[in-house]
Amino acid sequence: MLKITCPVCGLGADETEFTAGGEAHIVRPASTDPENISDEAFRDYLYVRDNPRGLAHELWLCARGCGKWFHAVRDTYSHEFKMFYKLSDPKPQLNLTKKPRARAKAAKS
Amino acid sequence: MHGYISQSDKGELVIGGGADSYLNYSQRGSLPAIEHTVTALVELFPAISRLKMMRQWGGIVDMTGDRSPIIGLTPVEGLFVNCGWGTGGFKSIPGSGFVFADTIANDRPHPIAEPFGLDRFTTGAVIDESVAAAVAH
Repeated sequence: MLKITCPVCGLGADETEFTAGGEAHIVRPASTDPENISDEAFRDYLYVRDNPRGLAHELWLCARGCGKWFHAVRDTYSHEFKMFYKLSDPKPQLNLTKKPRARAKAAKS
Repeated sequence: MHGYISQSDKGELVIGGGADSYLNYSQRGSLPAIEHTVTALVELFPAISRLKMMRQWGGIVDMTGDRSPIIGLTPVEGLFVNCGWGTGGFKSIPGSGFVFADTIANDRPHPIAEPFGLDRFTTGAVIDESVAAAVAH
């Protein structure tokens, strides 16, 4: 069971109180020149995801709380949440130097 | 809400269904997914509500953007894929294997498998019937 804290209203609760929104910080192809956006660009926007085994930026919805979307950084292997931040906050840079297994091992010892 | 249930030769009931709504590489399963499955099955068979859960298993499923498999050629020459079967696929192994062998042998999509090509995510001709499991996820 994931324990999540909403950075907007402060609700700290089980994952069943929230809705997962998938990968965060996906940028829609620029709409200033819609005729020249390639099919590949829209494919990447709609379907192509990183699916990292390790740290991931994610969108979550505070479904049973304030109803606001927010961001989280979560380890998809250990389930550890590194941080929660608001939609308006900049994307934090992740330290991806260690593989998830190595991190889990280091955390145990 | 869905689940499946069948009795093994030992007499135990094997149940399953559902996937986490977020990325999960832990292969440990999760309590909400177990509760979700059990809720559906107890609704169908109230008599099993008193049974004890003996063990559970969780694995990784390869879900695609439209919940249907990807069969066919890739941008890399000589590399073919038959993947993305998600939570289903078992019943489709013989059929998909047949068309996949034909695809590899002739280096072009088999007519039956053609709509399931990787390029459907670029053209927008995605498949809206959840072929992988034949259920509404």
